[in-house]
Amino acid sequence: MKTKNAAIKKKRSLSQRRAMKGFLFILPWFIGFVWFYARSMFMTIQFSFSEMTVNPGGGYTLEFVGLKNFLYAFRAHATYKQILTTSIGNMLIDVPLIIFFSLFMALLLNRKFKGRTLVRAIFFLPVILNSEAILSAMNLARNMMSGGISSASAELAEAASGSGVSIDYYIQMFTALGLPETIIEYISGAVGRISDIISASGVQIIIFIAALQSIPGSMYEVAKIEGATAYETFWKVTIPMVMPHVITNMVYTVVDSFVRSDVVELAYDTAFKYYDYGLSSVFSFVSTLLTCLILVVVCGLIQKRTFYYN
Amino acid sequence: MEKRKKAFSVRHISETLRSMKEDTQFANDRLRWISNVKNFILSLFRLAIIIGICYVILGPVIGIISSSFFSDTDRYNPMVYLIPQDPTLERYKMAMKYLDYWKTMGGSLLYSLSLMIIQVLVCSMVGYGFARFNFPFKKLLFACVVVMIVIPTNTIMLPLYMTFSKFDVFGIIEAVTGSSVNLLGTPAPMFLMTFLGCGLRSGLYIYMFNQFFRGLPKEIEEAAFVDGAGTWYTYFRIMLVNAMPSVITVAIFSMVWQYNDTFYAKLFLISDNIVISKKISTIEASISNVEKILDPTILELFLDAGIVLIMIPIVLIYVALQKQFIEGVERSGIVG
Repeated sequence: MKTKNAAIKKKRSLSQRRAMKGFLFILPWFIGFVWFYARSMFMTIQFSFSEMTVNPGGGYTLEFVGLKNFLYAFRAHATYKQILTTSIGNMLIDVPLIIFFSLFMALLLNRKFKGRTLVRAIFFLPVILNSEAILSAMNLARNMMSGGISSASAELAEAASGSGVSIDYYIQMFTALGLPETIIEYISGAVGRISDIISASGVQIIIFIAALQSIPGSMYEVAKIEGATAYETFWKVTIPMVMPHVITNMVYTVVDSFVRSDVVELAYDTAFKYYDYGLSSVFSFVSTLLTCLILVVVCGLIQKRTFYYN
Repeated sequence: MEKRKKAFSVRHISETLRSMKEDTQFANDRLRWISNVKNFILSLFRLAIIIGICYVILGPVIGIISSSFFSDTDRYNPMVYLIPQDPTLERYKMAMKYLDYWKTMGGSLLYSLSLMIIQVLVCSMVGYGFARFNFPFKKLLFACVVVMIVIPTNTIMLPLYMTFSKFDVFGIIEAVTGSSVNLLGTPAPMFLMTFLGCGLRSGLYIYMFNQFFRGLPKEIEEAAFVDGAGTWYTYFRIMLVNAMPSVITVAIFSMVWQYNDTFYAKLFLISDNIVISKKISTIEASISNVEKILDPTILELFLDAGIVLIMIPIVLIYVALQKQFIEGVERSGIVG
């Protein structure tokens, strides 16, 4: 018996044994993935096509109803369509803003200046303080701080007629300069939501800083010797080298903003407050599908323009 | 006549030369001055932006901290802003009492710490497996890891809920004890999922470890192999030690995110006593019920105190490990 085992063992080549060991390393994850993820995704799709009734003794029965849940969600449900479109609209507006903002901040923070460690520590604070309770309390506090002062100062400004900062004045100024109105609205909207954008871009800033540090210094040296200005260096060296990480950030931002969106809340409430599991599955399924679609399209568009150094 | 002309022209030329020389000097000075001013203005601009954004981030935190010291009269007095007139510790006392602070905090820290340790071990193992071994379908399996990052957990929350409410492994448990187990209400689902590499954001951690291990030189392992170390020994005693920056980053991320997580805690009905971020959401209601304080603006102050209390440990961990964390993020594998 022993000799037979040994013979079998000898038959396996070194690479086969390495493969076995490698598979052992990933085995726990593999079981988990099949059990919790693959099975659950399949079940979500199954639920969305069927009507589920929970049995009193535990367990449930599924009855195939075809597209009924989908039709209900899109034709009859009061708020779903609206919530879905606003969530996706917000996502499309926010993602480029977050990407540009985090790239800009990474460029600023990558320079050497006094107190850099402190500033970086402050910038990553939103990543650390991302609990639901903390976030909602912070929103309240923000309203308290800015609301109290700005409403008071707005009254004062009106009383004193024209002293004090008026946003309308600046908007008018930029319109007079001939900038298209949509761009101005977009930017002023972004400025209004600056705190949301900052709190959503912590991880992205980290990724961009890491990307900037991975650019070899010799490239900048060459650019300098060839007589490139700082502006040219930025567009011809920094941007192409950072481009692959824009995709990473894009994926992270899209998924993150989806998880924070109202659609998720709606799906949760539908399932655990109204016990309509089929409908909830439809909500999750459709929005996930849309998110993936957006990811594929956006990443495809960027990938075409991306240059891979390695 | 000719001589004079010549002299004149020589003088003229020399004069021109001198003035030109002065001119360039002047131009140089001016250039230097301009570039100095430009740098100064740029750094002023940078300073303004950084201070502004730091304020946007820190503002609410300062607001929460200051209002947690407000007394009732301060809250009702419109002249009081940020600095309370007669500060009180009443809010903290109440918040501590209703959060059952020390016990709950101990429970939460223990819960997230143990999950963090499992998370680091399992994810690093899986990341190492993907980074260093070749086996069939490796690319497909790694694509599954990416799917795990991309697919939001919300999509699979219902099936997970169902799975754990009637938990069974191929009918074995039912065959032995007669019925399947309801794991909801215990932390078991979270531990099980984390142990099987599917915990909170495990996909991201696996990805990070994979990238980091791929960046380490292969010679390290070859040397270990030649010296007779087995695969597991190599992994635990050599690779994991070398991956310290990654380990610290993942450890902090997973600890803090686990501590903050309310999604899984709500889904699996995990007890409030070990998830303090979940317990904080009920503090206002319980104080208003028991203490008969009905004014929501006053109740908010208790919430603020509670928030400060639950922020303290995370901020302490973060401040202590801040340097390693940021350096680790920069060096470790978020970036390919």
